[in-house]
Amino acid sequence: MKKAGISMNEFTQRKYYRPYVSPFDPCPPIRVKSYETPPQLYLGFQPYNLPQFKPQQALYCGTLWPALFSPYEGKYWGRDEE
Amino acid sequence: MWIYEKKLQYPVKVSTCNPMLAKYLIEQYGGADGELSAALRYLNQRYAIPDKVIGLLTDIGTEEFAHLEMIATMVYKLTKDAKPEQMEEAGLGDFYVNHDNALYYNNASGVPWTASYIQAKGDPIADLYEDIAAEEKARATYQWIIDMSDDPDLNDGLKFLREREIVHSQRFREAVEMLKEERDRQRIF
Repeated sequence: MKKAGISMNEFTQRKYYRPYVSPFDPCPPIRVKSYETPPQLYLGFQPYNLPQFKPQQALYCGTLWPALFSPYEGKYWGRDEE
Repeated sequence: MWIYEKKLQYPVKVSTCNPMLAKYLIEQYGGADGELSAALRYLNQRYAIPDKVIGLLTDIGTEEFAHLEMIATMVYKLTKDAKPEQMEEAGLGDFYVNHDNALYYNNASGVPWTASYIQAKGDPIADLYEDIAAEEKARATYQWIIDMSDDPDLNDGLKFLREREIVHSQRFREAVEMLKEERDRQRIF
């Protein structure tokens, strides 16, 4: 699916990084942390004629366009070791 | 930890004793989009942000303290040795009653600085967008102060500070681009 020079697969909506962990951190360290990068960061000026959800689905999703839909199912809490 | 250099980032010169201008300029000292807010906002956001942008927040936050010091010098010079009557004429009568000719962290309307001017949301994108917005608001404030000022020496310093807001905004925008990049994904040019 190609639109406005970006396709839906060219970006992820969540990025991961490995923060510095000190040998003296008192809490068990979370080695991999995440942050959200929702689609409006990438879309630019929204092009005309993007594919649309069905009306019923759009009401549930909060947007008419899949290109703007950002699912959020809760924070990524990481694993002990990746 | 910081190392202090006992000089201003850019020379501050004030040509006329002008408490009225000090009243306006103090907006950049203790106002919502002032240099104190900026410094504290950036230095505080460093703890919950990806490692690759921590250094930028440290550098810009530190520079904001250098700007704060310049504003302090300007306000001090504009009101130094001003008599109570002059302070009153400039609308600083209540300020004088509270602070004599000392400086204080309040905005142009005399409202004291408050931590609710700044935010640390923990979401890197939200925090960096706040930082970009803060730089643009500070740039605009400098413009309106320059418009109110007829002191060319003072305006020279203010124009320098306005330019720094532009550079900082650009750097924060670049930080957002870095956070948007896919890690470990090959970049094709």
